[in-house]
Amino acid sequence: MSKKRRSLVRAAFSAVTLVLTMLLLSGCGNYMVLDPKGPIAEKQLDLIIITTLLCSVIIVPVLIITFVIVWRYRASNKKADYKPEWAHNNLLETIWWGIPIVIIIALAIVTVRYTHELEPSKALASDKDEVVIQAVSLNWKWLFLYPEEGIATVNTITIPEGHPVRFELTADSPMNSFWIPELGGQIYAMSGMSMALHLQADEPGTYFGTGANFTGEHFANMTFDVNATSEEEYENFIAEAKSSPETLTAESYEELSKPTEKEEPKLYASFPNGIYESIVTKYMHEGAELHEHGSASAGETNGAATADANNADSEDHSSSHSGH
Amino acid sequence: MLDNIKEFASEFFVTGDPLIYGADASIVLATLGIVFVLTYFKKWGWLWRNWITTVDHKKIGIMYILAAILMLFRGGVDAVMMRTQLAFPDLNFLEPEHYNQIFTTHGVVMIFFMAMPLMFGLFNIVVPLQIGARDVAFPYLNSLSFWLFFAGAMLFNLSFVIGGSPDAGWLAYPPLSGSQFNPGVGMNFYIWGIQISGIGSLASGINFIVTILKMRAPGMTMMKMPMFTWSVFAASTTIIFAFPILTITLLLLFMDRFFGAHFFTLDGGGNPMMYINLIWMWGHPEVYIVVLPAFGVFSETVATFARKRLFGYASMVFAMVIISIISFFTWAHHFFTMGSGANVNAFFAVTTMIIAIPTGVKIFNWLFTMYKGRITFPTPMMWTIAFIPAFVVGGMTGVMLSVAPADFQFHNSYFLIAHFHQVLIGGVVFGYFAGLYYWWPKMFGFKLNEYLGKWAFWFWNIGFYVCFMPQYLVGLDGMTRRISVFSDPNWTGLNVVSTIGAYLMGIAFLFQVAQIGYSIFRHEKDTTGDIWDARTLEFSIPSPAPEYNFAVIPQVHSRDEWWEEKERRRRGEKPWQLGPIEPIHMPKNSAIPAIMAACWFVLGFGLVFHWLWMAIPGLIGVFICLYARSFSAHKAEYYIPVEEIERTEATLRGGAV
Repeated sequence: MSKKRRSLVRAAFSAVTLVLTMLLLSGCGNYMVLDPKGPIAEKQLDLIIITTLLCSVIIVPVLIITFVIVWRYRASNKKADYKPEWAHNNLLETIWWGIPIVIIIALAIVTVRYTHELEPSKALASDKDEVVIQAVSLNWKWLFLYPEEGIATVNTITIPEGHPVRFELTADSPMNSFWIPELGGQIYAMSGMSMALHLQADEPGTYFGTGANFTGEHFANMTFDVNATSEEEYENFIAEAKSSPETLTAESYEELSKPTEKEEPKLYASFPNGIYESIVTKYMHEGAELHEHGSASAGETNGAATADANNADSEDHSSSHSGH
Repeated sequence: MLDNIKEFASEFFVTGDPLIYGADASIVLATLGIVFVLTYFKKWGWLWRNWITTVDHKKIGIMYILAAILMLFRGGVDAVMMRTQLAFPDLNFLEPEHYNQIFTTHGVVMIFFMAMPLMFGLFNIVVPLQIGARDVAFPYLNSLSFWLFFAGAMLFNLSFVIGGSPDAGWLAYPPLSGSQFNPGVGMNFYIWGIQISGIGSLASGINFIVTILKMRAPGMTMMKMPMFTWSVFAASTTIIFAFPILTITLLLLFMDRFFGAHFFTLDGGGNPMMYINLIWMWGHPEVYIVVLPAFGVFSETVATFARKRLFGYASMVFAMVIISIISFFTWAHHFFTMGSGANVNAFFAVTTMIIAIPTGVKIFNWLFTMYKGRITFPTPMMWTIAFIPAFVVGGMTGVMLSVAPADFQFHNSYFLIAHFHQVLIGGVVFGYFAGLYYWWPKMFGFKLNEYLGKWAFWFWNIGFYVCFMPQYLVGLDGMTRRISVFSDPNWTGLNVVSTIGAYLMGIAFLFQVAQIGYSIFRHEKDTTGDIWDARTLEFSIPSPAPEYNFAVIPQVHSRDEWWEEKERRRRGEKPWQLGPIEPIHMPKNSAIPAIMAACWFVLGFGLVFHWLWMAIPGLIGVFICLYARSFSAHKAEYYIPVEEIERTEATLRGGAV
């Protein structure tokens, strides 16, 4: 390697190091997923950290070994051993089948445990009242219904902090995904079925919410704010919504569900009874029975929806859309 | 009348964007240029006899690779355009509609029309030479595979200027890809472009399985096969089980769109989630289909350039077979967020993690192949070494994604984007580049310029990390894929850095083009046929290999037969006892594959626009070709006489065997 080329390589290395360092320094802790504001996101972060550490146990030594071997056994290093025929060693191979197996077993145990613990359809244990919000993905905005309060909003959510929130998700459009990174991970919003996602905000603040699965042309505009407030402010919000001049009717829903490029946040004083259930069932094949997937409380649902408190299993889910 | 024509043209041709007009103009100019050059130099006959009608696996391989490089350019331009939009989202460089088309075509082109043909190109060039065969098992079918791929790729790319590109993502989830939300012809181009080339892929899978099982040199047992051939065998087996799923899935989607069926529609009892399951039952094995041959390449290069036997051969084979089997049991990890319940998610999380075990073992074996070796660093080896950290880190983020509840926070975010680009570029692209540089002298008889190659290497590698590391972070910061605009100022800086990385990779590609261009005129000739002092049979014959590959097929005794042979010669022992030269039985050229693929193109184009008057004659043409072949197959072979073989060998080897 010529001197010139070596200095080039060195310059390249330092450029990469510099960029990476800048990136890391530019905001450790500011990243939404790494800065959770609720119990679900917190546990998911714990899990991310556990997996990163478990993986690092094997990854870091491998990276070091790679560098050492490549450096030590370069052809120009005549002092190093050369054993061209050495190609098999039972002990070594057992070791490196063994190590990944052990790590993956550990990881698998952690994963299976957390998968059951963090099953999104499971209600959060809390001594405070659960708030129910039904979310409908439309092209290209979110409609949120508060069945307990009888109000509705577009592209904005207000929730009381410290209260568990049960989101019920569906779509009157192509499949979307409902994600509030600081509160916890996402679940698909699919037409013809209702999915449950339980989240909670532990401190007041405004959190970023977004659609996460591409639904067409102006999908990028499907973001919304989640305002976690005190109980008092939450009551104020409900009152404000109830005094809104706008009401959601069957006709205005029809209008709202038409594709629009971008919607500003909006409040509705009321919505027609059973509209969520009718959105869910309108895509269902005649004769198919609606099972609300992952329902943990019957809540306000009426109409065709038969929510079963303890039937949050996958078997239930698969039968819910068995069209013929 | 005139108005009718005008109205038709405005729908038929894509209009309204200066980029498209630029593309129109450059397509017309390039076509005219090619026609002019071919006519001026009287090369039409040469093109027809030597390339279009050829059944020679080496030439078919070269055509695959050429097409793949063109498609890499197209997919790369798409990528750079997307990154430009994301660095400056407020400038509206791309409208959302256009952006959506570009990320769709970027994905489709890179997987179906870049990675797959590059892979088949390497299969074609290397496998028969590596196992001591004269050609693949079915040379005619091989040519048909290539032309079907080519027809599919052209049909898909046509959507850019005619009718409009698909815009529902590279896997085209319904209902977004159904006629309710996507009434245009773009999705039809998607279906038929992939469908036609997919038939070719399936045929190639069968072809290489049979070639490997039936055409190995005497003495080469399965456990003495070179590792690249093993990887081709594993990938091809995966292909024949996975690709039929793709074919049927797209056929059902076509029936929804064309006949108004209700497999995946919202209404009428359709179930879009079924499509998502089906497409990933193909889609997940597909990523192993493309990465296994890259593993095979690394196994060859690492042994050659460490000048040492591949460590843990049996483990390597076992690991590869295990990977291709388990790859069929992980598909649901692409949609943990569908809410299938904890048990389903746990099952697929664990199967996904299991794949990390054999993959990890392979990494260790490569490392210990280098341990106590004598490593040199020509470009193929540099790509091999760069692969290890890239793939190890990409694999680690893959394991992180496989943890179902954690995936709820990664899914559809830029974290996922960064992960799969890291494994697909760091694994597949690096691997195929290593292979391309490694076997280039075998293909063309000269080596690519190392100096320009190293510039390309460093630009690729630095660009790669600068582009994708920030994407992990911006994904953790909540940025989702497939958005062309965003308002979060925290994302801007990371996106700008990522875009810089994309441009660095673009520059790297230009270096590679320059490298190839320069090397055509000034190069080091491969006079021995064994320019790397390599280990396997393909390096025992001259470069480029003669039409019949091996004048006499050698008897194989060990894994690295050519290396052992050279050792025997170095020790002054008795070399190979090659039998006398006999007349060689070879397949004749055939025009039918290219013509049949053209008929498929006509059929596909007709179905895209729902023009049965065009589709039906295309279909009839396909049947005529099948019919014609079945009555001419017995005339499709000939013998190369001994004198001609002796003459060729004498010229190629300068008289000495």
